[in-house]
Amino acid sequence: MEVSRHWRLKKQRYALQGEVCPHCSVKIFPPRDICPDCGLDARTPFQFSGRGEVYSFTTVRDAPEGHSEQVPYTVALVRLEEGPLVTAQLTDLDQQDVEIGLPVEMVTRKLRSDGERGMLVYGYKFRPLLRPAA
Amino acid sequence: MRPVVVAGAGMIPFERRDEDSLVGMMAVAGLNAMDDAGLGDRAVDAVYVGNMASGLFNHQVSVASALVDRLSLMPAAADRIENGPASGGSAIKNGFLAVASGYADIVLVVGGEKMREVIGPKATDIVAAMTHPSAEYIYGVTLPALAGLFTRLYMEKYGVTREHLTMVAIKNQENGLLNPYAHIRMKITMEGVLTHPQAHINSPIVADPLHLYDCCPVSDGAAAVLLTTEEIAKELNKPIVTIDGVGQATDTHTLQERSDPTDLKAVTVASERAFSMAGLKPKDVDVAELHDAFTILEIAESEHAGFFPKGEGAKALEAGETRIGGKLPINPSGGLKARGHPVGATGVAQAVELVWQLRGEAGDRQVKKATTGFSLNFGGFGNNVLAFVLRRKS
Ligand SMILES: [Zn+2]
Repeated sequence: MEVSRHWRLKKQRYALQGEVCPHCSVKIFPPRDICPDCGLDARTPFQFSGRGEVYSFTTVRDAPEGHSEQVPYTVALVRLEEGPLVTAQLTDLDQQDVEIGLPVEMVTRKLRSDGERGMLVYGYKFRPLLRPAA
Repeated sequence: MRPVVVAGAGMIPFERRDEDSLVGMMAVAGLNAMDDAGLGDRAVDAVYVGNMASGLFNHQVSVASALVDRLSLMPAAADRIENGPASGGSAIKNGFLAVASGYADIVLVVGGEKMREVIGPKATDIVAAMTHPSAEYIYGVTLPALAGLFTRLYMEKYGVTREHLTMVAIKNQENGLLNPYAHIRMKITMEGVLTHPQAHINSPIVADPLHLYDCCPVSDGAAAVLLTTEEIAKELNKPIVTIDGVGQATDTHTLQERSDPTDLKAVTVASERAFSMAGLKPKDVDVAELHDAFTILEIAESEHAGFFPKGEGAKALEAGETRIGGKLPINPSGGLKARGHPVGATGVAQAVELVWQLRGEAGDRQVKKATTGFSLNFGGFGNNVLAFVLRRKS
């Protein structure tokens, strides 16, 4: 893999970095270098805040290879405060019930482990927003 | 373009088929379609094979060449067409274009998949690999997970209930009992999968709100159709069923990038394109085969294809309009839910069912006076969709 591409994928995965279209200002995630709205070149990096709320969610009980030790895990569509939706696992839920509209924030966690080669892959997940007690 | 006739249709029962190879299954389905057409010693000009992942499931590639050799159809042209779960539909589209354009006079289209050769989590992983690599797949997203996210939104927006989802499963499994080719041949009840104290054991959660009986099984199988010109079809002495409309459309790879994730735009556009080519409207359709990989999809597709307004599909289902004998029977074959879903075979199996229905050869599940059929083959999670309109000529 080309080095710069690899580096950008890492920024996408670790830091939730996308792009903003210089022509129509739409925020883009995942980054794709072409604006899905106006079709023009869009390579300007954009750092999302990592805050948002749950838009939809599901709990996966039939996991693919590499994710079986996490079962069951909750996958959500998160509406970022800057606009785009992102697909990610929810974490640190403890006993908390997930519901549409739940405020969440991004954290970095282990995504999967490749048993035989022992490779661990890290990236973003979202947890319920920690708020000071009222 | 020349009219294209489906002169032959054949398949093998979908199930777990440990004894058969992928190419072996496709060869039998292909022979069944050629026998059905009564092809005699006429030569097949081209073969299109719909298959998603033989390289991953079976460690075999170039399966179109292997199939031509197995059937001794050399020197026919041969291509394998991969388009995820819509591979079968894409193979039919290519066969249609070959005959319509005059490139070929006799075309064999075979769809097949052998999925049970690998263990469950591996199969789940291979299917999940069609999702976006860096925005979905790496986060443990599976096809049932996308369907779960979609289902929750659809239920919220349109008032679809768990009972509605279960009605799809019950109807399609009842239809499947009438189809000797169906993988799952078992009656289920609302009580057994929804309200009984053991319901959570009978139909455990796969990706909530979807339970086991909301999801199609993992199957092995193959299906085939023989396409030709009107001229040759008349010599073959079979009822004439033509492909009058072919539509295809795409949407964003990810669910997250759709401005309204409940809007299946590719289904709407592909269906409109198929109806427009056929010069027909959804109200002209007598029988439909939809891609119910998950129960919600039958409801959502029935609306997006234009049969019911948005939010009305569940009501039509509840009123019995989509049962055999109803106003628009949907999935008389049992659909993916009961017939099974050997991924690359599905789009072709839908066409096989329509041909049998339109010829009046569908046995106990025959839809009365069916002359116009519609099928929808849904690839990815709605990112590549094919729609077909088939008609019986009197
Ligand atoms: Zn733009």
